[in-house]
Amino acid sequence: MTDTKKQEQGPADGADEREVLLKVEGLVKHFPIKKGILQRQVGAVKAVDGIDFEVRRGETLGVVGESGCGKSTMGRVVTRLQDPTGGSIHFDGQDITRLNAAGMRPLRRDIQMIFQDPYGSLNPRHTIGSIVSAPFRLQGVEPEGGVKKEVQRLLELVGLSPEHFNRYPHEFSGGQRQRIGIARALALKPKLVVADEPVSALDVSIQAQVVNLMDDLQQELGLTYVIIAHDLSVVRHVSDRIAVMYLGKIVELADKTSLYESPMHPYTKALMSAVPVPDPKRRGAKSDRILLKGDVPSPISPPSGCRFHTRCWKATEICKTTEPLLLELRPGQQVACHHPESAEDQAPQDTVLLSAAKEAAAGARGTARPATTDPQPKDDQEAPTDK
Amino acid sequence: MTELSKTGAAVGEPSPSDAPSAFLEVRDLKVHFPTDDGLVKSVDGLSFQLEKGKTLSIVGESGSGKSVTSLAIMGLHRLGARGKNVQMSGEIWLDGKELVGADPDEVRKLRGREMAMIFQDPLSAMHPYYRIGNQIVEAYRVHHDVSKKVARTRAIEMLDRVGIPEPGKRVDSYPHEFSGGMRQRAMIAMALVNNPELLIADEPTTALDVTVQAQILDLIRDLQKEFGSAVVLITHDLGVVAEIADDVLVMYGGRCVERGPVDEIFEQPQHPYTWGLLGSMPRIDRETSDRLIPVKGQPPSLINVPSGCAFHPRCPYADIPKGDVTRTVRPELQQVDGGHFSACHLSQEDRTRIWTEEIAPKL
Ligand SMILES: Nc1ncnc2c1ncn2[C@@H]1O[C@H](COP(=O)(O)OP(=O)(O)OP(=O)(O)O)[C@@H](O)[C@H]1O
Ligand SMILES: Nc1ncnc2c1ncn2[C@@H]1O[C@H](COP(=O)(O)OP(=O)(O)OP(=O)(O)O)[C@@H](O)[C@H]1O
Ligand code: SF4
Ligand code: SF4
Ligand SMILES: [Mg+2]
Ligand SMILES: [Mg+2]
Repeated sequence: MTDTKKQEQGPADGADEREVLLKVEGLVKHFPIKKGILQRQVGAVKAVDGIDFEVRRGETLGVVGESGCGKSTMGRVVTRLQDPTGGSIHFDGQDITRLNAAGMRPLRRDIQMIFQDPYGSLNPRHTIGSIVSAPFRLQGVEPEGGVKKEVQRLLELVGLSPEHFNRYPHEFSGGQRQRIGIARALALKPKLVVADEPVSALDVSIQAQVVNLMDDLQQELGLTYVIIAHDLSVVRHVSDRIAVMYLGKIVELADKTSLYESPMHPYTKALMSAVPVPDPKRRGAKSDRILLKGDVPSPISPPSGCRFHTRCWKATEICKTTEPLLLELRPGQQVACHHPESAEDQAPQDTVLLSAAKEAAAGARGTARPATTDPQPKDDQEAPTDK
Repeated sequence: MTELSKTGAAVGEPSPSDAPSAFLEVRDLKVHFPTDDGLVKSVDGLSFQLEKGKTLSIVGESGSGKSVTSLAIMGLHRLGARGKNVQMSGEIWLDGKELVGADPDEVRKLRGREMAMIFQDPLSAMHPYYRIGNQIVEAYRVHHDVSKKVARTRAIEMLDRVGIPEPGKRVDSYPHEFSGGMRQRAMIAMALVNNPELLIADEPTTALDVTVQAQILDLIRDLQKEFGSAVVLITHDLGVVAEIADDVLVMYGGRCVERGPVDEIFEQPQHPYTWGLLGSMPRIDRETSDRLIPVKGQPPSLINVPSGCAFHPRCPYADIPKGDVTRTVRPELQQVDGGHFSACHLSQEDRTRIWTEEIAPKL
């Protein structure tokens, strides 16, 4: 990978020419629900339900979406910590979909995951010195200057000090534990890091330090990141492209400028509108927040057609019956919606709002109003043929 | 370490007899952990007050003592194996009762109903082998004499209120079958099930997307409205602070460096560390500069806490106060005005000048 790095310097613009490091096709992960003494399967949690994406070398893909929509599951399956139910995963040209633990072992050095739950991912009986040196031992890697020195350097990079070396995980703060996980994942300079909420427990200053560190490693070594996070300001800062997930599907995938400046999927738009702004003056002035009405549907029995139709203010009959495909509607912007924002309607003939959508729209109009492009999404979008 | 706590209480200026008027009052709290490498001074002289119906946000550096403070209020440091290895002193008054010197059994009875906590690490607070619903049922039945069936209905209702889809189906899941954010919400449900009078929420929304976060904040507001609960909200998300806090307390190295009403902390912050914090923030309502600006330097050691002002090795203004005062004398909290306090040797003129000329324009 060293030889390709030179021309990769500087993120976004050259993105398209870079070779694909990770390719995910039709990925599915279902968790069976079993009941009774016979443990018969009575259903499944459809955590990830058919997603496709690529990540290029040296690029950062951000992944956002509602809690429970399948982000961590996607991360665990892509890094092959869990087996997929269907679909395929290619890493660096190799099909890793069906590799077993032994087959994955040599790749573990190149594929790392930073876990969302630092507490659950650190062995309580090991000191952090030994936790962070484990990757070196397991892969038989001897860094320059010795393991201990390298581990101390890594810990320092994430804001921990030698006085922490001999302590056990329970003797750390939440954010310190999170940083231990980061140091461990970055220890062997992997090619791909799937980072699941890597900075969620950090104060903004240490967050900045860690984000800069990840940036530097990307610049120096061409690391590739998939960063799962719900903090949209962090995601905007770190990502080249962003995938928005809803209930096990990718609903929009675009470069960050397009996504933040002109989101096309109604769900993306709602998500963007709800970010709290650090300014007490604006408290209560939530006029542009789109409140999503209706219950969050369950991945056990996802809604038919477009999974967002139960909460979407633009949903029409077709949304209930036909699943919209993820299509590239603008260069670099893929969207799965029949009636996308600020683009030609994919289903202009279908104009009757669903009753659920009417309610949602009423709610959205009362409390709030879709922020940017079209303040009356329903009327003018539904009848583009009139113009 | 009850002996120590007794002496600590006697040494601290106010005698334990003068019970405070505030609903929650912490006075000169110290929590130290002996380790092989030395004594870790996680909290080292913290004081604050909180009235019913109000929200105090504690912000501050990772590792500055926020969670250790909360666990101290909840009386959780003295439990089990942990208890052997902690030294606590100072006073914690909750509704007229002093907790640091109190019998652990008495404090245990307060947990759940009088005070409840949303823990930062959901996994550490949940039992991995018990179904989530049962854990909430247990929490409820400790304080309510009701049948399992009634308690289960209440558990499902609470899961619904924190936005778990199909709560009736998910109530029997195990913690590992929930997503990170769902676990966090299950724990919130557990903490709120008894409508506590004091809620300590330690990073309650870190794993939640913004929509669910808004829902949880509303839920906390409802609790306050309905039951007049006092809320201590620990978070590093300044957006959340701006949205929900009445007062803000900024911690650094085990101590409070600044405290005041939320508007003043955002508009007239007085302490260089607070400035650094505001300056490191990525904001969605502003253009992104290429690189985030962290407070330079490393977090302080809590074993060998820097002399004088603990922030001095990282403070760009450490040389402004005359002489060596910054490195030799620990600054105490000084009133700025009203309820606004800051612990810094800089003169008021210097602070105002630096804030208006150097810091504010860059934010
Ligand atoms: N049992 C313990 N033994 C030794 N040190 C400890 C122990 N528990 C906590 N500490 C230390 O005390 C300090 C304060 O920890 P605390 O958990 O209160 O931090 P925090 O402010 O909540 O940080 P974060 O934002 O990262 O959660 C940390 O530096 C931590 O390493
Ligand atoms: N081992 C499991 N058994 C059963 N269901 C599971 C399991 N792991 C995850 N799930 C379910 O799969 C869905 C997706 O979970 P996942 O952890 O991927 O969500 P997420 O997007 O990471 O959410 P969060 O932002 O809250 O972390 C959830 O409904 C969750 O309950
Ligand atoms: S308009 Fe229809 S297809 Fe588009 S998000 Fe709404 S429900 Fe889905
Ligand atoms: S006392 Fe000195 S070192 Fe501490 S914050 Fe104030 S100026 Fe900086
Ligand atoms: Mg997750
Ligand atoms: Mg903490």
